[in-house]
Amino acid sequence: MTPKRSWTVRTREAAVGALPPEKLLPDDQPAYVDSWIYVFGVATLAGLIVIIGSGMILSLKGPAWWHDTGVGHFFNSIHLWAVELFFFTMVVHLWGKYWMAAWRGGRTRVWVTGAITFLIAIPAALTGYVSQQNFDAQWISTQAKDAMNAIGAGAFFNVTNFGQMYSWHILLFPVAVVALVAGHVLLVRRHGVVPPFELSARTGAAAPSAAAPSGAPHADPPVGGGGAPS
Amino acid sequence: MTRASNRTLPWKGPYAPYDLVKELFVALGVITLLAVLLTILFSSPDDKPSTIAQWSTAMPADFVSTAVSELDGTSGTAEYGPPYNHAAEGQHAAFLKPQGWLGVSHPINTADAYVFEPLRSIPNDPALQSAVATYKAAPAKQQRQWAEAYGKALENATVEPSGTLKVPPGEYGPVPVMMGALLGLAQTGSLEGNLLRSNQFFQTDYTKPLLFMADGKLLEERAEEQHLLGDQWGMMNETGSYPGQSWLWLYTFWYQIEPFKASENADILVVLVMTVLSLAFILVPLIPGIRSIPRWIPVHRLIWREHYRAQSP
Repeated sequence: MTPKRSWTVRTREAAVGALPPEKLLPDDQPAYVDSWIYVFGVATLAGLIVIIGSGMILSLKGPAWWHDTGVGHFFNSIHLWAVELFFFTMVVHLWGKYWMAAWRGGRTRVWVTGAITFLIAIPAALTGYVSQQNFDAQWISTQAKDAMNAIGAGAFFNVTNFGQMYSWHILLFPVAVVALVAGHVLLVRRHGVVPPFELSARTGAAAPSAAAPSGAPHADPPVGGGGAPS
Repeated sequence: MTRASNRTLPWKGPYAPYDLVKELFVALGVITLLAVLLTILFSSPDDKPSTIAQWSTAMPADFVSTAVSELDGTSGTAEYGPPYNHAAEGQHAAFLKPQGWLGVSHPINTADAYVFEPLRSIPNDPALQSAVATYKAAPAKQQRQWAEAYGKALENATVEPSGTLKVPPGEYGPVPVMMGALLGLAQTGSLEGNLLRSNQFFQTDYTKPLLFMADGKLLEERAEEQHLLGDQWGMMNETGSYPGQSWLWLYTFWYQIEPFKASENADILVVLVMTVLSLAFILVPLIPGIRSIPRWIPVHRLIWREHYRAQSP
C-alpha cells in the first residue's frame, strides 16, 4: 500500500481539505459579523465548559458529597447555574439564528445539529435532576416515569433507577452533547456565518443574496460567507 | 421562500479582525463569573428526601392505608400495568400502544414486594406468621373483604402515643396483625433496606421504595407545598424559588389544557405532540412558511443594522 492510498492519508487530506487551518481558526470575519447576538453562541459553549468542569469536580467525590459539605454544595450550585445559563444562552442563540434564517446557503446541517443539541440537552439535564438524591429527585423521577412508561421508554430507561440515571447523566448524555456541539461548531467553521439578507431598494423586502456595497474584499473569500463564531 | 431563495452568494465585501480564541476565553470568564455570582446570591436547593420511616411515623394511617392497597391490589402501582405488571394495558394513542408492546420489564407484585417479603424478614413472631398463613390460605374474596373493611376503618383510626394505630373493631381477619408488624418495621427504618434488597450486595435501583412512597400521600403533600404538582406546572419546577427546568415549559403546558388535562392517555398524547413539534423544530429549514417568517418579519434588520446602514445611499 502506498502512503497516498492509506486510510490515514485519505483522512488527513479530507480533513484539511474540508477545514484548512485558516478556515478552522480564521483571524478575521466578514464585516457584517457585528452584533451582540453573535455572543450567545460562544456563551453557550462557555456554559457547557463550566457545566463539564463543575460536573467533573462533583464526580471526584461522588454523588453524595455535595449534600454533606459546603464546598460540595458550592460546586453543585455552580453546576446548577451553569446549566441555567447554558440553556438561556442557547435559547437566545437559537432565536437569533432563526431570525437570521441561518440555514441559508447550504447551512441546513448547522441548524439541524444545533436543534438536536438542544433536544438532547433536555434529557441530559433531566437525568441530573433525578440523580440529586434529594426530594426533587424523588418527586421528579416519580412524575417523569409516567411519560417514559407511556411511550415504552420506561422498559429500558428507568428514571427511578438512580444508578442508571447517574450513568446517563455523567457519561452518555454528555458525550452525545459534546459530540453534537463539536460537529455543530465544525460545520459553522466550514460554512461560515450566514450573510445578511440583501434588501430590495424599492420594496424593502429581503432578497436571498448578500453582496457587500463597498470595502476591500477578502483575499480568499470562503464560499458561503467565511468562518464565524457559532 | 423557495429553495432558490435559500441560497446565498459568497461574501465579497470587507473583513474585520476577529479573535475567536480570545472571544471564547472572555465568554468563559464571564459565564464562570456569572455562575459564581448566582451561586453566592442564591446557592442551590437541597430539600432532604423523605424516608419511609418518616412517612410511617408522621402519617401512620396513610402508610398503613397504602400498604393495604398494595396488599389487595388497588394501589396506583398495583393497577399500573407495564412495565410493572399486567394489571392494565397502559396508555395508548389510537393504534399506538408502546407501553403494552414493551411489556413488563420491571415486574412488581405489590402484595409480595411491599407486604409479604418485608414481613418474612421479621423473626420469632409466631402470631405474625400465623396471621400471614391465615391470610394466604383464605379465598381471594375473603382477603378482599378483610382488606377493604380495614382500609375503610383506617379513615377513623387514631394514633396511639407509641405511634401505633387504633382502629374501631371490625371483621378484619389477620390484616391488623400484619399491618401492625409492617408499620413497626417501617418506623424502625428497616423497610427501606428491605425494599432495596435484591440478589446484589450493592444497590442503586430505588424503583420499589419510590413507587411505594408515591402511592402514599407524603410526597404529594410536600410537592403541593412546593408547587410541584402537575396542575402547578409540575416537574419543570423545583423546590424553593429556583428557575427549575424552565426549558420544559411547552411540554408542561399541554398538561394544563384540554383535551390532555383530563385524558387517561395524557402522557403519550403530550409526548406525541412534543415529538411532532420537535421534528418540526429540527426541520425548520425545510418547512415552507415557517422558514420564510424571518424574511417577512425583518428582525434581521436590527441584527445587521450596521451592515444595512452601510448599504444605504
